[in-house]
Amino acid sequence: MQKWMVLILVVLGLVSPLKAYAAPLKLTLTEGVIQPIPYAAPVFVAENRAAEDWSKKITALVVQDLNSSGLFREVSKAKYISQITSFASPVQYSDWKAINVQALVTGAVKISSKDQLVVKFRSYDVFAGQELGDGLQFVGTKDRWRRIAHKVADSLYSRITGESGYFDSQIVYVAEKGPKNARQKALSIMDADGENSRPLTDGKSLVLAPRFSPNGKQILYTSYETGFPRIYLLNLANNRRRVLENQRGTMSFAPRFSPDGGAVVYSVTKAGNTDIYRLVLGSGQSQRLTTAPSIETAPSFSPDGRQIVFESDRSGTQQLYIMPVAGGDPRRISFGKGRYGTPVWSPRGDMIAFTKQSKGRFHIGVMRFDGSEERLLTASFLDEGPTWAPNGRVIMFTRETRGAKGASGLYSIDVSGRNLKPLRTPHGASDPSWSPLGN
Amino acid sequence: MIKRGSGMKIKIIVGALIVGFVLSGCTGGGGLLDNDDRAGLSGDGSFGQNGNFEPDSIEYFRTSIGDSVFFPVDQSSLTQQAQGILDAQATWLIDNARSEILIEGHADEQGTRAYNLALGARRASAVRNYLVSRGVPTDQLQIVSFGKERPLEVCSQESCYSQNRRAVTRVSGDLAG
Repeated sequence: MQKWMVLILVVLGLVSPLKAYAAPLKLTLTEGVIQPIPYAAPVFVAENRAAEDWSKKITALVVQDLNSSGLFREVSKAKYISQITSFASPVQYSDWKAINVQALVTGAVKISSKDQLVVKFRSYDVFAGQELGDGLQFVGTKDRWRRIAHKVADSLYSRITGESGYFDSQIVYVAEKGPKNARQKALSIMDADGENSRPLTDGKSLVLAPRFSPNGKQILYTSYETGFPRIYLLNLANNRRRVLENQRGTMSFAPRFSPDGGAVVYSVTKAGNTDIYRLVLGSGQSQRLTTAPSIETAPSFSPDGRQIVFESDRSGTQQLYIMPVAGGDPRRISFGKGRYGTPVWSPRGDMIAFTKQSKGRFHIGVMRFDGSEERLLTASFLDEGPTWAPNGRVIMFTRETRGAKGASGLYSIDVSGRNLKPLRTPHGASDPSWSPLGN
Repeated sequence: MIKRGSGMKIKIIVGALIVGFVLSGCTGGGGLLDNDDRAGLSGDGSFGQNGNFEPDSIEYFRTSIGDSVFFPVDQSSLTQQAQGILDAQATWLIDNARSEILIEGHADEQGTRAYNLALGARRASAVRNYLVSRGVPTDQLQIVSFGKERPLEVCSQESCYSQNRRAVTRVSGDLAG
């Protein structure tokens, strides 16, 4: 986590004063059909020779991030009428307007005397003829170059959509190796674009379903290292971990943090019956929240911490329910045909993502927390386990292919149902959990 | 995990009794399978080896008695066939007392991960309760679920799924030596 503190952000101020009331470049994500915004990102100006390669790499990654969102379309550099040769020079809006660029990003990179990357950028609303937001500068060591580029892309995403980005974030997941009947699973962590993956466990013990803490510094996961599924709390800063409960004759799994990070909801199986419990991390006190003889599992807090959505087969099939955080009468929210599981409350609070099984197919879907407006976003042989991007606009999940050689991989899709794409990972991958936005 | 139980002195006699039990089960039980089918159900392909293992050996338990019982889709109730196998397991376990008996519950891949863990636990628990009802001491029996994490068969068809929806009775120790 120490590396997260190396980035220094400086506000550069505007090239020209912002006109008081014109800010027309705005992509509203709630609209039904979104036309990607055409933008140009000329290669950032290298302000000294040592920065030449870095400026190309950083610009390319900013472009890759923006394009990957499906909300932006890069206008080909071959169409450019004017070039950006100096970060400080005024922008010729007409040259960019002529090739239908709506948003323009300019930047500059130099290697400082301390051998650090200094990356500056400005963004422009071409049709309004004005700068969009302040110029910003990031300083960091060279090995942080990807994070710097992600931060630039997040800033641009945020300026144009009005919402926070998600490029500078991480995914904790389960890396999978080996044949289907002897699969090795190791806890792993990587950047949200699939880069910089590194293992957190050695793969000797079966591990399942890691979950980020709200501050991104801890991970809950389930491991079989005692021979029985147990929940562990891993501190990423020092790699220390502890088991939450280790009671003989029980299994515990499916943990998730409360929004304030102070408590955990999870499932405990005793004598074959699975119920939901809540444990306060400070005191170690746990409380049983459900008592039915049915299966109650996959609990997830609402962002305000007051309610818990979970799955139960008390009706005869898996369905979704919401109960108060202290337990009490659950209210069923899923009523469609099929089975509903793995509910996860959106960080925005408005939607619940879930896995649905129907007619032999698996779907990732979303519904409002009262169960209305159900929409299925995906369909395949086996999709499961959605996780929300920190801005609540993108969902990542596990997709497993059919058959003896079937393998798991990670996919993401916009909550609108567009932009389905696989995430490249070094090995098979499952059970993603998205971190909060980096800081 | 290699521990010897306290009740091994009677192991030889007991082995003979079990063979008798299994055979009588075949003729009288109607729906029960013969020994070869039972061995096949254990999933390790060890057919027709009844005579090759000592009746008190774990290999005998696995292949001749059958260490696994199978479940219908999303169910944890014990079929007639499963009960027959568990009756034989219980007799063998009582007579060849081990310090540890672990019942593993499993599910096929057609389900979400956490639910399948809970479903596997239900299956293991159903087996545990049945064995206890047949006299196996409770303090020897532990259960665990692997959900869909450890399939025996790897195809994505019912022929494999039916083999993966299982509970496996594992006994610690090795009496072969």
